[in-house]
Amino acid sequence: MKTAVRLQPIMHRARRCCGIPARESRGAEVNTEMTTQEVRLCGLLLREHFGEVVEKVAIQLLRNGAQNLRTIVHETGISADLVKKSLCVLVQHGACLFTPGRKGPGSPTEYRTFGDQILRILRYPRYIYTAKTLYGDTGELIIEELLQRGQMTMSGVVKTVADRLTQNMEEGQSVDYSEVVSAFSKLVETHFLQRCPPLGGGRTTERQTASGNPATPDAPAASKAPPAPESFPDCYKVPHVKLIGRGKRQFAGEDGEDQRNAKRARMDSEAHGDEGIYWQVNFERFHLHFRDQAIITAVANKLDQTSSEIVRTMLRMSEVTTSPTATCTKPLSANEIFRSLPASYNIARPILDQYLTLLVDDPMEFVGRAGESGGGMFVVNLHRALANLARATLESAVQERFGSRSARIFRLLLRKRHLEQKQVEDFAMIPAKEAKDMLYTLLSQNLVQLQEIPKTPDYAPSRTFYFYTVNQLPTARMLLQNCYKTVANLIDRRLFETKESKRLLEKSQRIEAILASLQASGAEPEQLTEVKEMITAPEKQQLDSLRLHVNKLDSAENQVDETIFLLESYINSTSASTS
Amino acid sequence: MAGKGRGVAAFSFNIESLGIGRGNMPETRVGPTPLFPNTEFKPVPLKVGEDEDYMLALKQEMRGTMQRLPHNIKSQSGKAEVEKYTQRYLKQSRMDDEEWTPATKKKTVTKSLKDTADVLNKLEELAKKDDMNPEKSDDETEKEKKPGNEEDEDIEEEEYEEEDIEEDNDYIESYFDNGEDFGAGSDDNMDGEATY
Repeated sequence: MKTAVRLQPIMHRARRCCGIPARESRGAEVNTEMTTQEVRLCGLLLREHFGEVVEKVAIQLLRNGAQNLRTIVHETGISADLVKKSLCVLVQHGACLFTPGRKGPGSPTEYRTFGDQILRILRYPRYIYTAKTLYGDTGELIIEELLQRGQMTMSGVVKTVADRLTQNMEEGQSVDYSEVVSAFSKLVETHFLQRCPPLGGGRTTERQTASGNPATPDAPAASKAPPAPESFPDCYKVPHVKLIGRGKRQFAGEDGEDQRNAKRARMDSEAHGDEGIYWQVNFERFHLHFRDQAIITAVANKLDQTSSEIVRTMLRMSEVTTSPTATCTKPLSANEIFRSLPASYNIARPILDQYLTLLVDDPMEFVGRAGESGGGMFVVNLHRALANLARATLESAVQERFGSRSARIFRLLLRKRHLEQKQVEDFAMIPAKEAKDMLYTLLSQNLVQLQEIPKTPDYAPSRTFYFYTVNQLPTARMLLQNCYKTVANLIDRRLFETKESKRLLEKSQRIEAILASLQASGAEPEQLTEVKEMITAPEKQQLDSLRLHVNKLDSAENQVDETIFLLESYINSTSASTS
Repeated sequence: MAGKGRGVAAFSFNIESLGIGRGNMPETRVGPTPLFPNTEFKPVPLKVGEDEDYMLALKQEMRGTMQRLPHNIKSQSGKAEVEKYTQRYLKQSRMDDEEWTPATKKKTVTKSLKDTADVLNKLEELAKKDDMNPEKSDDETEKEKKPGNEEDEDIEEEEYEEEDIEEDNDYIESYFDNGEDFGAGSDDNMDGEATY
């Protein structure tokens, strides 16, 4: 009797769980709808970087899709001027697009935001850091300026960057504009920067489709996606810019700096020959780079440094020839790889062959063999590598949250696809009671799904198979949503922490300002210590711990983003390869 | 019959065959999981290194700069906002009066029980108003066909003030009168000033 009573809730729960809430069906179509977690994270990111007004406007658009100005003003209750300003900011940063109204010609222009673009704010530090590792300080500052301002002309970027570099140099030295120009051109050559699509680009394409066949359902779908910058021929063409001069040093206090910057920018408005050509950061190119880096580090961790260098060489060789959505690189012969290996690696030909065989045999399948000609043809399995990395991420998430034995069950299910409860207990070599507990916990967390296969149509439990299984893609999607939630929680917590000690922070800022001004005026050391003592010991302690907490939270945001990137690329790669 | 139902079918077969025995079932769970459950496994420490430190610095610097850029739009604060709010509040309260008829009805019921003298007062006053209002509305129609919002408000306010002077009774009565008066006013508006 007792067991029968207990059985009920479990069966019920199991039945509910097997209907996996998957977004699989959406497939490759452009997805502009966002989940609650994504919208929440977008809002927080916007609030931090563009203020609450922009947040409100963007959230309104994210929740309700395309809307015209009047509706936005009405729904948000924000004055029309501010809404217009907010939309401008969003457009400037590529997060918003305007299209003619859907109700036919003459209907008001509609605005639409792109959450994916907003979520990239989270990755800004990584873009900048990558630019630094690839192109040094100049590259770093170019990317930083462009990310801060959304889009700029080349001459504008070159001038500000040269000034900023000069500012950090020793007295009497300065940076020539030409240095920055060459760094900029390199970034464009490698497609890390691209021209912004001409304004109204979306408009013309849509009008064409609309006039071609007026009643097509494609027309609204076309306007959903932002116009691809690469569809314009001049996307990676550096204009000829007349820029001669050097970075200037400013002798200004810290506070007046920005205003002066703005003023000066307005003052020297001489023509440079690139007016109207605006540049933006090509996030997709950065993502390809991140993906390659992820594969290289994974190989280095799994095998060794040498094999990772071989994979790096293969990826570098095929960088230009492989399309961004390709499932694997173009086949490369062992001979070609050998010739391209930098001499400093000191890898002999037979050793290279051994390494390649090793890489092909590795269960992570980073490298595949595509043929035998030319000493063997090899490819890097880009998408499979992403899938395997995502799987490893899932496994480690399970391991860290539910312990290594639950992870064993999870891995077992991943490998064997479908298992009955009894089989799970046996194969995992875990006592039946504990195994059940773990399995049910995983099931309730939706990490494991239950598949019922009835032998008769009445679903009688005695004549039904109950198979446990793990679906990698939906699980990855769920984990991705969890990651978004985590980041949003981290930001929330950080805002809370800073709000709690707002007065203390303001006080310390004020005292620092006083100290700085005193030092500048050459005050006595006694005076300085006196001012310093205005912050008491406990206050100092509180400030230190606050700083520690904020740093931890910020760092955590950065690191969760690495997982987000991996899962996003995996999910995108699956939709790209099915289409 | 009884054995055929889905739930009861649990009796008709050997549960052991599913691997669910008497002793090896986990504890049943009662209620939702707590908001802050005890974490059995502590989180892994964050990665520490030069890269991470630099990215952290970049992130914080970026945030600081972005907040100082003109792209960071501040909502209007100070006097203007407060005034706007009161304006909106005035409009809103008026709309509420019109829409929330059930609430006002309720009040009339409770009120009518209160005092007959009040009712008499009210009748008197209504009579007065009937005398006054037509003139007024005529005036208004003569003045302008389509008066602006502000002017309307002014006129409305004048009316309120007049009532206050007319009778210094208790609060509830004046409330009720306002409602009535409003109704009357809006009736008048039907012919003259059709802005509402």
